[in-house]
Amino acid sequence: MFDRRLVQYFDWPLLIMTVLLCGLGLVTLYSAVTAGIPTPQQSLVYRQLFWFGIGLAAMTSAFLFDYKSLDQWANVIYVLCVVLLVCVLIFGKQAGGSKRWLILGPITLQPSETMKIGLIIVLSKYYSKVAHNQGLIFRELLIPFILTIIPCALIIQQPDLGTAIVLVLIVASMTFYVKIERRTFISIIVAFTVLVPLAWIYLLKEYQKQRVLTFLNPDRDPLGAGYHIIQSKIAIGSGMLSGKGFLKGTQNALSFLPERHTDFIFSVLAEEWGFAGSLVVLILLAGFILWALHIAHRCREPFGIILSVGVTAMIFWQIVINICMVMGLMPVVGVPLPFISYGGSSAVTVMICIGLLMNVSMRRFMFE
Amino acid sequence: MSDFLTNVNADWFRSRISGVIFCVLAVFVVLISRLFYLQVVQGDELRRLSENNRIRLQSIDAPRGLVFDRNGRLLVDNRPSFGVAVIPKDARPMADVLSKLSKLLDVPEEDFIQKVKRQQGASPYKPVLLMQDIGRDALAAIAVNKFDLPGVTIEVKPLRHYIDKQFAAHLVGYLGEISAAELKMKKYADNRGGDYIGKFGIEKTYEKLLRGERGGRQVEVNARGRNVRVIDTVDAIPGYNLHLTIDYEVQKKAESLLADKAGAVLAIIPSTGELLAMASSPSFDQNIFVSGMSHKEWQDLSTNPLRPMENKAIQGTYPPASVYKIITAMAGLEEGVIDENTVFECNGSIWYGDRAFRCWRRGGHGAITLNTALAESCDVYFYQVGQKLGVDRLAWYAKACGFANPTEIDLDHESSGLIPTAAWKYARTGVPWQSGETLSIAIGQGYNLVTPLQQLSMISAIANGGRLMKPEIIQYAAVPENDLIFRPEPRELGVLPVSEKNLEIIKKGLWTVVNKRKGTAWQARLKNTDIEMCGKTGTAQLVGRARVKEQDEEKLAGHLKSHAWFVAYAPAENPEIAVTVIVEHGKHGSSTAAPIAREIIQTYLLPDKPDSEEMVKR
Repeated sequence: MFDRRLVQYFDWPLLIMTVLLCGLGLVTLYSAVTAGIPTPQQSLVYRQLFWFGIGLAAMTSAFLFDYKSLDQWANVIYVLCVVLLVCVLIFGKQAGGSKRWLILGPITLQPSETMKIGLIIVLSKYYSKVAHNQGLIFRELLIPFILTIIPCALIIQQPDLGTAIVLVLIVASMTFYVKIERRTFISIIVAFTVLVPLAWIYLLKEYQKQRVLTFLNPDRDPLGAGYHIIQSKIAIGSGMLSGKGFLKGTQNALSFLPERHTDFIFSVLAEEWGFAGSLVVLILLAGFILWALHIAHRCREPFGIILSVGVTAMIFWQIVINICMVMGLMPVVGVPLPFISYGGSSAVTVMICIGLLMNVSMRRFMFE
Repeated sequence: MSDFLTNVNADWFRSRISGVIFCVLAVFVVLISRLFYLQVVQGDELRRLSENNRIRLQSIDAPRGLVFDRNGRLLVDNRPSFGVAVIPKDARPMADVLSKLSKLLDVPEEDFIQKVKRQQGASPYKPVLLMQDIGRDALAAIAVNKFDLPGVTIEVKPLRHYIDKQFAAHLVGYLGEISAAELKMKKYADNRGGDYIGKFGIEKTYEKLLRGERGGRQVEVNARGRNVRVIDTVDAIPGYNLHLTIDYEVQKKAESLLADKAGAVLAIIPSTGELLAMASSPSFDQNIFVSGMSHKEWQDLSTNPLRPMENKAIQGTYPPASVYKIITAMAGLEEGVIDENTVFECNGSIWYGDRAFRCWRRGGHGAITLNTALAESCDVYFYQVGQKLGVDRLAWYAKACGFANPTEIDLDHESSGLIPTAAWKYARTGVPWQSGETLSIAIGQGYNLVTPLQQLSMISAIANGGRLMKPEIIQYAAVPENDLIFRPEPRELGVLPVSEKNLEIIKKGLWTVVNKRKGTAWQARLKNTDIEMCGKTGTAQLVGRARVKEQDEEKLAGHLKSHAWFVAYAPAENPEIAVTVIVEHGKHGSSTAAPIAREIIQTYLLPDKPDSEEMVKR
């Protein structure tokens, strides 16, 4: 069933933007693990390069088949991802106070990452069938709610708050996109405004309240998150208009950021390349998101559209949360910056998402 | 479900994309504005702060919890000590700073250079401790020359201070610098190199409560590393203060009575298991562990043949000797081998197998009942009871009375002791149990080994009506500013395997030991008061009587002299205190250990009365 149109409609802009962003990521990573550090860990750069290679292969396999067949596999994929999450809690590898990784022979897998894709696919299938222009009512929202709450609960057990938040944001974006019926929407909002204060007063214990308050306002924790935020802001701000120059960053050298090559990598980038460089990166990221939405817009069938929107939402929210966090606009949660942060599972997941976008894009004129 | 395509189509979905695009653009505008604000509007200020790492964290140590006795008397506190540290990145040039410091402190420059070199791998902003606990004069000298010494900081650290030298040293324990191996342990995850942690005694077992939580300060420093302003402070949370069950006066008395001896004295409240005293002699000064000891001091401590570092109350194991006759009597009564009126004849020895087993009184006790046998500690009587019971039944009773098991006291290194059974001996030596050995076991000799604390638990259970209590060291732990409290509940570990009736028979025997002229501890009774003490003497032989011809303790070499035991409680009705005394090589329980027990009981029950001995003399 090879079709020449597949080559004709291959999405070159998407591939070019992806390669550019990954290249930028490697360069920044090189600086993050080198500049001013007594014992540089440049091996991390090679490992990340290796992961991009794996990601490229995963991306390719994600656009070779027809995405519409995912419709039949959606439930299986979802269940498999949930089973992996359960396995993590039982057999997972403990590192830094949380259990997030499964060791399968030579590779270490982070099932919370694959869960994002599994959830997007299963919701795309569901919404593409039940959506209607009056909007979804309560009864129709019940299944998405259950589908979301199961993986979220498992991921919070690890604990990995960042990924759980991203999961909720993905689902919320997809659900708003397919429209919620007005009265349902209003009653949800009302229920929340009533229930949250009640839960705050009656359900949470004092120490839990303190933890939530500190999470929302890092200044309450001047020795931990608060200090990280201040140092991150200093790093970004000290880049000024044109930056300190490649490998010239100084804040990087301090031990203040334990996650400088993962969650806080944007502050390294902003310090060395200044406002000019950071602006280019932000525009590139925005361009990527807009192009992905353009792919959704060009698609002509609901499943493909919703799938593209879901995948785009995932990448978008990770970008926004990560950059807001390092600029002190949001609480500190461990969410990596797509393309730039170090991390195998995250890189491969993003690449699979891009593969799915390409898949939708390439087959925009194909209908059975 | 079938008509979904009629409800919505791709065009409807596509029309909603424009709304999404608007949202995305809005968010990116926010991100770019924030970036502009940080890098362009605030850029100058933030770049200034980035130079020389202006915003730093400084750690604040938590004051360690204090230790009090049961009446609120302060036993352990913290005194401030001053250390000199240098921050490599701020001390420019380093060589100059170090040479000036070495002149001020009168320490060879080489020492400092070495210390700085050792930390070269770490962050250049991490202070390197050059010298700890400098005196006030040195402190003043540095303060005066502060502006000549960039990067030099004074670190105020609380140093543990054991107020009463040697007081309850084994129980309280001491602190020491955390070792590399300990740093890797999970329970010390919050600690850092250079921290002082509990290494022995309650300082170790209650480390978690005593430690508190470290705080810190976020500060802005100037180009020379001096604090310009404090941005935010998180106060350290002080550790819990421990209120011990120990009674200062009783403990002090116990230590003074043991002053020139090796041994242990223990006192407990029978009804609750609260320890009133735990003294082990010889002792040591805990302060030298904190302030650093000389090589010679360490040599003296570790090679002393009297083992000052050992807590003899829980680590020392000794033959229980005649104190064990309480167990033999209990087993005999419960198993129906004897009753209150059973009479055995003692002629000074008994033939068993191919040898004679002697009584300590060569002339013999004549025909006696259990009460007299306990009071006069007749060996022959208990040989016969033991022989009828057999070793394994005796062992069962001993174990049920808490022997051969740790007492679960909250201190490390507790010994279990040893109560032999036939199977144990066979597994150990390959030789079957000889029934003659049972006779030695029945009077607490042979393989039997017990700790003084196990003896205390047993006698305390006899006193309180049969309940084996977990010995508690702390009454409660509290933080002064709020009411956070940790209070251990009295915990029963088991019940003595004895009926009320038989327990009364044993208690009557223990009463006769002290309160009748024939009793072995008659001389040690409390005089001029109506408080009656009950007890049992013991003399643990270190060499068998058969092998050593010498019968006179006085003529034995010092290290072969018997250990002296005494276990006691008082008053006879509703006992308020139980005591165990062991004096290594103290010869006789009756003459060496029993008077110590009397003094302890008197100190606790009659605190205002002068020593009864003196009264008699007058």
